[in-house]
Amino acid sequence: MPDLRELYQEVILEHSKAPRNYRELATANHRAEGYNPLCGDHFTVYLDLEGDSIRDISFQGSGCAISKASASMMTQSLKGKTRVEADRVFAQFHELVTGQSLTNGNQAELGKLAVFSGVSAFPVRVKCATLAWHALHAAMQGKQETVSTE
Amino acid sequence: MTTAAKRLPRTSRPPDVWDVGAEFDVQRVRHDFPILRQRVHDRTLVYLDNAATSQKPQVVIDAIRQYYERDNANIHRGVHFLSEHATEEYEGARKNVQSFLSAADASEIIFVRGATEGINLVAQTYGRTNVHAGDEVLITAMEHHSNIVPWQILCEEKGARLRVAPISDSGELLLEDFEHLLGPRTKIVAVTHVSNALGTITPVQRIIEMVHRGNIPVLVDGAQAVPHLKVDVQALDCDFYVFSGHKVYGPTGIGVLYGKSALLDAMPPYQGGGDMISSVTFEKTIYNKLPYKFEAGTPHVAGAIGLGAAIEYVNGLGMDNIAAHEHELLAYATETVSAIPGIRLIGTAKEKAGVLSFLLDSIHPHDIGTILDQEGIAIRTGHHCAQPVMQRFGIAATARASFALYNTREEVDALVEGIQKVREVFA
Repeated sequence: MPDLRELYQEVILEHSKAPRNYRELATANHRAEGYNPLCGDHFTVYLDLEGDSIRDISFQGSGCAISKASASMMTQSLKGKTRVEADRVFAQFHELVTGQSLTNGNQAELGKLAVFSGVSAFPVRVKCATLAWHALHAAMQGKQETVSTE
Repeated sequence: MTTAAKRLPRTSRPPDVWDVGAEFDVQRVRHDFPILRQRVHDRTLVYLDNAATSQKPQVVIDAIRQYYERDNANIHRGVHFLSEHATEEYEGARKNVQSFLSAADASEIIFVRGATEGINLVAQTYGRTNVHAGDEVLITAMEHHSNIVPWQILCEEKGARLRVAPISDSGELLLEDFEHLLGPRTKIVAVTHVSNALGTITPVQRIIEMVHRGNIPVLVDGAQAVPHLKVDVQALDCDFYVFSGHKVYGPTGIGVLYGKSALLDAMPPYQGGGDMISSVTFEKTIYNKLPYKFEAGTPHVAGAIGLGAAIEYVNGLGMDNIAAHEHELLAYATETVSAIPGIRLIGTAKEKAGVLSFLLDSIHPHDIGTILDQEGIAIRTGHHCAQPVMQRFGIAATARASFALYNTREEVDALVEGIQKVREVFA
């Protein structure tokens, strides 16, 4: 039986209650929305890209504890990283929450994001954990339309 | 004696048929539902997602199995033994539905896939014939998407306008506003009987009287009503009534459109194909009589038979007994859940059936659903296919517990304990 405490870790609950970088970014030159029509979760991710690196990143919106904490910790971990690095972290994060990192052990760059490992025992919540990341991905590619995780 | 004569009648009645008015013994009823015996996440299953779909009693499962094991054949055309028998069973199910809804005639009962298809059928046949540019279709602000989108499609095609009657903060239809929205351009009115997101029982009798003063037909979406209330379409005088079999203990993929025969007769067919014709040439096709005109192709025979068995089961328990049990249960749930600190109920109408929608502090319903699931408790979280209702209340989603005839006070207690667990996790 999956353990709820593995999913709702203290760090996750804390970020969901007091999300970091939770604001509109005045200097943003890229932005994208992520929407999950199933549960109504809706986030906007703001990016200030300078050349290839993420000078600043923020988000706003509403969603469940998992999606909000994931967005919050994403902004913390990606500030100052390059696009390539950000893509790599997303790939590792995706493997983590879908349980694939257990087989290939590829999570070197995740750092604190490793607290989301409990999500893999709750497959229906993977979309929650990755919503802001999909929006980030779209923002980096300069896409305007809303990204849906459905 | 022939084989046919020896064949025993289908065992579609409960093993012990209940006396209507006898005391309702929920523990005894639970034995009829094999799925309720299982454990989920190592906990006793507490199934409170009945507004999404209900569980099936053994008699329904048996009826479907017996049909495929013993009676399977295509209907209405074979001269052989099995076909005749399958046709009898299928038409018997139609008669069960007729008496369940107190319809005047079995030919007014059209088998469809579900309430959704029933509404689409009316929108695409009655609607396309009678709604024109500048006309209006009136619905309410608490409709399920299935009673919104088919009318939007129709209005868009015709250049007609969809009007929406507002609801109050408690989730009750504002009848005065509704009446003001009725006018010479209104060509059809479609209202829910019971709201799936709020549980509100709408005053359909008064609505129908009001609408009929303008000689406008009314479609009633009864998907959430038939499991909980006795429905009499002649007493209501509704023109169309739809419901889904799977929400009233029958199988998925089968539902019913009731229509007054004068209206159904005048409507063009919905789909063309076999069974809906009386003769076909390349020059002209003569359509079949009711109800077959609207049942093109081989229908869901097993589904109809399963639904017939479900209706016999419900009748055996007595709709009044079921309604009384569920009413008491909803009152108990409303009282105990609303006593939990941080709970906000969404949908507090005076007349309600089956549904308890709620929010807990600022905790997202999805998180509530996951934590309750770990306790073995199945509820629905999200917008319940009623996004305009969520918008009306300025929320994205709710957690919804919905009740059926087999739910118990102990299960409500488990729900309350589960919600306390949610509070602990998020403390």
